[in-house]
Amino acid sequence: MLNSKIPKGPLENKWRNYQIKSQLINPANKKKLNIIVVGSGLAGAGAAATLGELGYDVKCFCYQDSARRAHSVAAQGGINAAKNYQHDGDSVWRMFYDTLKGGDFRSREANVYRLAELSAPLIDHYVQQGVPFAREYGGVLVNRSFGGVQVQRTFYARGQTGQQLLLAAYSQLYKMKRAKKVEMYPRHEMLDLVVIDGKAKGIIVRDLVSGELKRFAADAVVLATGGYSRVFRLSTLAIGCNGSALWKSHKRGAYFAAPSFTQIHPTALPQTSEAQSKLTLMSESLRNDGRIWVPKKKGDDRIANQIPEEERDYYLERLYPSFGNLAPRDIASRAAKEQIDGGYGVGRLKNAVYLGFKHAIARLGIETIKDRYGNLFAMYKKITGVDAYLEPMQISPAAHFSMGGLWVDYELMTTIPGLYAIGECNFSDHGANRLGANSLLQASIDGYFVLPNTINNYLAEELKADHPTTKHPEFDKVQKEVEQQIAKLLSIKGSKTVDYFHRELGKVMWQECAMSRNRKGLEKAIVQIKELQEAFWNEVNVTGSDKEMNTELEKALRLSDFIALGLLMCTDALQREESCGAHFREEYQTKDGEAMRIDDTFSFVSAWEYNKGHFKLHKEALEFENVKPTVRSYK
Amino acid sequence: MKVIFKIWRQDNANTKGGFKSYEVDQLTEDMSFLEALDHLNELLVGQNEKVIAYEYDCREGICGQCGVFINGRAHGPHDHMTTCQLHMRSFKEGQTIVVEPWRAAAFPVIKDLVVDRSALDSIIEQGGYISAKTGTAPEANALLIGKAVADKAMDVAACIGCGACVATCKNASAVLFTAAKVNHLNSLPQGEQEASKRVLEMTQQMELEGFGSCTFTGACEVECPEGISIVNIAEMNARRTKAKWLS
Repeated sequence: MLNSKIPKGPLENKWRNYQIKSQLINPANKKKLNIIVVGSGLAGAGAAATLGELGYDVKCFCYQDSARRAHSVAAQGGINAAKNYQHDGDSVWRMFYDTLKGGDFRSREANVYRLAELSAPLIDHYVQQGVPFAREYGGVLVNRSFGGVQVQRTFYARGQTGQQLLLAAYSQLYKMKRAKKVEMYPRHEMLDLVVIDGKAKGIIVRDLVSGELKRFAADAVVLATGGYSRVFRLSTLAIGCNGSALWKSHKRGAYFAAPSFTQIHPTALPQTSEAQSKLTLMSESLRNDGRIWVPKKKGDDRIANQIPEEERDYYLERLYPSFGNLAPRDIASRAAKEQIDGGYGVGRLKNAVYLGFKHAIARLGIETIKDRYGNLFAMYKKITGVDAYLEPMQISPAAHFSMGGLWVDYELMTTIPGLYAIGECNFSDHGANRLGANSLLQASIDGYFVLPNTINNYLAEELKADHPTTKHPEFDKVQKEVEQQIAKLLSIKGSKTVDYFHRELGKVMWQECAMSRNRKGLEKAIVQIKELQEAFWNEVNVTGSDKEMNTELEKALRLSDFIALGLLMCTDALQREESCGAHFREEYQTKDGEAMRIDDTFSFVSAWEYNKGHFKLHKEALEFENVKPTVRSYK
Repeated sequence: MKVIFKIWRQDNANTKGGFKSYEVDQLTEDMSFLEALDHLNELLVGQNEKVIAYEYDCREGICGQCGVFINGRAHGPHDHMTTCQLHMRSFKEGQTIVVEPWRAAAFPVIKDLVVDRSALDSIIEQGGYISAKTGTAPEANALLIGKAVADKAMDVAACIGCGACVATCKNASAVLFTAAKVNHLNSLPQGEQEASKRVLEMTQQMELEGFGSCTFTGACEVECPEGISIVNIAEMNARRTKAKWLS
């Protein structure tokens, strides 16, 4: 039975009630407790730094060469907070409701409320750390709008908000390293979790420089490993982003919640060739001033600027007049897919739509547009060679954020006691669709504010237990399994590259488990992925050895887990016979093509148990005591 | 498109490296430079050879992990660009492209094109932060910061920590990197309390890590992907001098 541990009391008091009742640990005792944090993005760095400040002994791991590279760095647009600085009717309640509705009522009220409640103090915290947020001339903070919302509550630092927040968190991490409360392990990748007597007690990592496997024991393990949308291969994620820590933890007993809930971002740059490794995101904030359109005529081959105004279809404004270009991401992506599939796509491969700034430049002047989005326009030009001040950008949907992740309770603990999942790698606050600028928020809140106030509730008990050591036979056993997996990969010596298999997996996943899904396609995808898995383990070629820096081996290890995860994602998408948020099942749509939620049978969180590969579903019923789930309309 | 990659290969920090040439065909102009290297690596796997190690992560110019010397320039032939943003359309058919790791005493080679840039983290560790314990912050708008000040701080806070400034500098100096962080934090009111200590300790660490001195050639600002100006170096030096007088 899944226990979400939601505290009693009115929504507004739940977090306070929780904190009043949770156990505390005195500073002298905190020193005796070790915590492992895997990942150094906003969630991981924030948690590691804060846990260090509280007095715990923290070890923080990341696969990159420095904590400052974590992919939080790439978030562009901003971070939401219910400050109501704009005097436009915002409140904690409004933000809570927007987020719950944006997620199509597939998340927990209590978690979402806490997210909104802690958003305002988070902005205070980041300002104090020196984040150069955008300011008015008079010196106060500026806000802008984001998709799915009618107030202005997004704080930003040009188009580099994620970078600025990450660098702030990273600076606090290094402050605590200097204070000798955090030990940093860059270029170390977690390859497995060690569970002793049912509790998470350590990890096996690979030193990516020497290739050596190392063991680390701790009283608690925190995963902050980010999203896994690289399962699609082409995505907005960093190339190294992976799902291995999650997958290995899942195999060791952590339930995986809503694995198939993947956000497809509407405004990425389109794919231009087979060799492409990455789809660069153009911030959603561009939709504040940019207008999305396609030619009214199918297959129109004229260049954008030659298409007169009356022959352009601003389809988001037409279909969703009250939100227009700021419709939520799932809706904007699906609408773009419909236009492209319908033959209205533009660009060389006809796989894009236009995002134009002609009207915004006429209205606001080019200087204002430069001030707001200058770096995004510069980035666009570097990649495409095109000046977007003169002609519209070409954009296309791309795999982006994982709403799914390890199932966690209100304390952010997984189903393995002592194993926590924070930030994008958990399933908690975004339901079936995440609102723009809520990702930096959730990662930060989890890391800085929530986990440091919940982990003590578990550790207070562990204080009395024996502290784990790496000499425990379970470490031998798990390390041996990792060694065997590596040895197997190196011994196959087949004829195909890791990238070949990744491209194949990506094609299946993008075709059947992305913006639009149906039973037949998903059933076919499961068969195809199983075949691919079989082929991978018989035909892949990984050169080099395990006792050196070997980027090919790193990729192979990650891909082997992505393939297995792909199977679970398709299983999950197949099981959920309704449409909600980003999960659009073609069989379940309204007459005008909108998502049809079926609350009677599917108002629950799907939490999957690994069960030796025969995935078993557990349901956490979603109870809405404070709001009534409505049909999500942005028309 | 066909090019000849002449690439630095080195097994590890303890062995001697050297150049090796690879003729690579079937590239397209809209491939990124790193995608061309990916393609080459797939060919090497096909020949049962070890792949070339090079670094990247975000591939959108913001994480700062990529970075190699290409035909004698940090991050390739363009100004203000990261390696991952470079595309093959910047090269000619049949061209030889020489690819080397960053060269600096403080950045030892780990393997092939991969270097150890942890010296930059060590500089940050010595004060590249504001001591702001979680839970202690005052209301954000209680502290007014004018747009001009915030914008100027943002200009330097944008540093991605790639190390191109060091790699391109004939003295392998990290002074632009250090100045960017010092000026970001010291120009904001939140950073004032620790301002003197910060500039003194960070610059001291910079010297301890083995980076060279600055002779103000301006090479760094040309390669900086964020276009951070060398005026910042003068500004930091002024801050340092002032801090020395006051301490």
